[in-house]
Amino acid sequence: MADYKAPLRDMRFLLNEVFEVAKQWETMPRLSETADPETADAILEEAAKISQSLLAPLNRSGDEEGCRWENGQVFTPAGFPQAYRTFIEGGWCGLGGNPEFGGMGMPKTIGAQVEEMIQSANISFGLYPMLTAGACLALDAHGADELREKYLPNMYSGIWSGSMCLTEPHSGTDLGIIRTKAEPQADGSYAVSGTKIFITGGEHDLSDNIIHLVLAKLPDAPAGPKGISLFLVPKFLVNEDGSLGARNTLGCGSIEHKMGIKASATCVMNFDGAKGWLVGELNKGLACMFTMMNYERLGVGVQGLAAAERSYQNAVEYARDRIQGRAATGPVAKDKAADPIIVHPDVRRMLMTIRAMNEGSRAFSTYVASFLDMAKYADDSATRVNAEALVALLTPVAKAFLTDRGFDSTVFGQQVFGGHGYIREWGQEQLVRDVRIAQIYEGTNGIQALDLMGRKVAANNGKFYELFANEVAAFIEANRENPALAEFIAPLSAAIERLSDVTEHVLNQVKSDPNAVGAASVDYLDLFGYTSFAYMWARMVLVAKSKVEGDTSGFYDSKIKTARFFFSRLLPKTMALAESVKSGAADTMALAAENF
Amino acid sequence: MKVLVAVKRVIDYNVKARVKADQTGVDLSNVKMAMNPFCEIAVEEAVRLKERGVATEVVVVSIGPKAAQEQIRTALALGADKGVHVETDVEVEALAVAKLLKAVVEKEQPGLIILGKQSIDTDNNQTGQMLAALCGYGQATFASEVTVSGDKVEVTREVDGGLRTVALKLPAIVTTDLRLNEPRYASLPNIMKAKKKPLETVSPADLGVDVTPRLKTLKVVEPAKRSAGIKVASVEELVSKLKNEAKVI
Repeated sequence: MADYKAPLRDMRFLLNEVFEVAKQWETMPRLSETADPETADAILEEAAKISQSLLAPLNRSGDEEGCRWENGQVFTPAGFPQAYRTFIEGGWCGLGGNPEFGGMGMPKTIGAQVEEMIQSANISFGLYPMLTAGACLALDAHGADELREKYLPNMYSGIWSGSMCLTEPHSGTDLGIIRTKAEPQADGSYAVSGTKIFITGGEHDLSDNIIHLVLAKLPDAPAGPKGISLFLVPKFLVNEDGSLGARNTLGCGSIEHKMGIKASATCVMNFDGAKGWLVGELNKGLACMFTMMNYERLGVGVQGLAAAERSYQNAVEYARDRIQGRAATGPVAKDKAADPIIVHPDVRRMLMTIRAMNEGSRAFSTYVASFLDMAKYADDSATRVNAEALVALLTPVAKAFLTDRGFDSTVFGQQVFGGHGYIREWGQEQLVRDVRIAQIYEGTNGIQALDLMGRKVAANNGKFYELFANEVAAFIEANRENPALAEFIAPLSAAIERLSDVTEHVLNQVKSDPNAVGAASVDYLDLFGYTSFAYMWARMVLVAKSKVEGDTSGFYDSKIKTARFFFSRLLPKTMALAESVKSGAADTMALAAENF
Repeated sequence: MKVLVAVKRVIDYNVKARVKADQTGVDLSNVKMAMNPFCEIAVEEAVRLKERGVATEVVVVSIGPKAAQEQIRTALALGADKGVHVETDVEVEALAVAKLLKAVVEKEQPGLIILGKQSIDTDNNQTGQMLAALCGYGQATFASEVTVSGDKVEVTREVDGGLRTVALKLPAIVTTDLRLNEPRYASLPNIMKAKKKPLETVSPADLGVDVTPRLKTLKVVEPAKRSAGIKVASVEELVSKLKNEAKVI
């Protein structure tokens, strides 16, 4: 397995040359206080170092050993507690946190790159701080000041970690039917009782305390999603002076035995009248969750990219090294018994596909992150509202498209290895297993597609979509006369027209067929994904074309060549997807349930 | 006590160095640069001395092009307090480096000066020794343990035969070996603080040092490729080859 090398050059290209994030920070006073290009660069360097040398070496051993449950205690694999200690000493848990409570206040555009490196090195490890960051976001946005003051500093420092307790045995996607109860107590707290499952980092040996954010219902709460409230329930109660007090009445019943991310503890959590405090308003628990949901969903999308990047690096090294067969155009390595397999077009097809999708994914996640930053930090409300709409629209695409394509890519990366890809020692099969969950958790990709098409497109009659389409149209208009871009502008125009056409078609279909959205949504999301990646590639190529002359590193030349591959070999998939979406729901629903 | 640490910007140890086509040197365009690993160890040792209350201030100095400020910032992010950048685009030789450092030493008056034993680009292993001679200070090279007590520093040195412990009067020069310590990762709060720490830029002329190279590089070539070995059929053949072809016995 190749040593992981963080793709810092590509990250710098996106941040500094394509999206010019520093210019964006300057317009936002709260960000310009903390973020500047030199500091951001130093952060990326250090994140690369810590990912490469601290986290990556624990990836396979963590997978082989897995977590262990013993009498309610959970032990992470060898090396994890020490690595976690080093990780939190670096302050990484608070990267994007609120500076008022000890966070670093860094923008998400930087956070997304740091997350990618951590997840490329070790997804299982990365999940522990990721859940803490998610819990902090929700707590910071909705918690009362006493709660924020009491909990956030130790969570940003990583001394305490966080978990998000949503799912119950009978209630996954449909949270409206949860049964966990919260009884109001005389002292203003709540007694929380119920069982939560699939709780990432619900119990482990990394941090001194675990702060659970739990969805529960009051006894007299309205039925359905409008009766859900959010509670902060710590593993150990915290005394007035901040020291740890008694153990709360909650515990880990068992951990799951899973396909992948084996070093991440996935827990069954039992709450038995556990003491908790309300976060945000009563019955507004789901809304509180949505604040952090966009961040988390983008983070999960980045996991797809991260696994695919690791798989790509391994596959490239193997394809250069492994000799088998001769090149179709004649022997290349004449002194050897065969040529390295990178000469074969089918191996190239797989490597180029992964590369084109990874670089597109990195651009897209950075692009969405820049809207998250604007939605949070922009001074004028018009910019914020616009950014919020684009975040809402693009986040489900980032989550589902990056993880679906990320999974495909890890399979390609495994395929390049032939039989060796199926052998554990090479590391490729672990990536396939580890990234598979990213398509499922944090809202399955089917749910993401429904969210995109139903809530984000149809529900507002295409208003959010128009914002995106207008931005792409403006880019096309600005570059229509640019001869360097001609080969890309025409297919990009065709793709965005196709997407707009299909969007309109679906908006019409919805009026007559309630199943229209559900049947078309996944194909629609893919169509949206490929089209927005075409926009990303056009923006990247615009910069690359202006800098390729005289560049001896080969970076810009490779960008342009990879862009061409994307446009000629991957973007045409949109034609098939458009046809499929337009065909409607009838054939999908025709078979009677009993005939399956 | 003030501690002065010298750090050098060099080609990253992970990079496979390539020689320029015209054989004038190593190709550094588009190549990742980093702090010399032995200098990282020197910074770490100084920061630890500060954490132990032995040192009161850690000043880090680098000599090189503008970009060398990245390495100074890295040292500041690891815990150094102040940076001095001697800016020059000349490829400065060991003696000129030692002279520049001597000028900085005179200005800063440190009690202890820590350097890496050598830089991984040119592997000269000269600067610390030259600086000691120029300053008239004692030197302890290849340190694997450094203990400061009062006006003395006790240094365990890695020598061919094992370990040798020497005691020096301060101020003194120490150069670091690999086993002295394991450098830490820079923490985020320190990375963010680093940009607010003072960084002073001076030129060799300000320090009154002529850095014009005295050596001329004739050419730089990559080491010859190792050719494939052969299998010998018998012990006699091996002995004969060693005697007649390799001429080693």
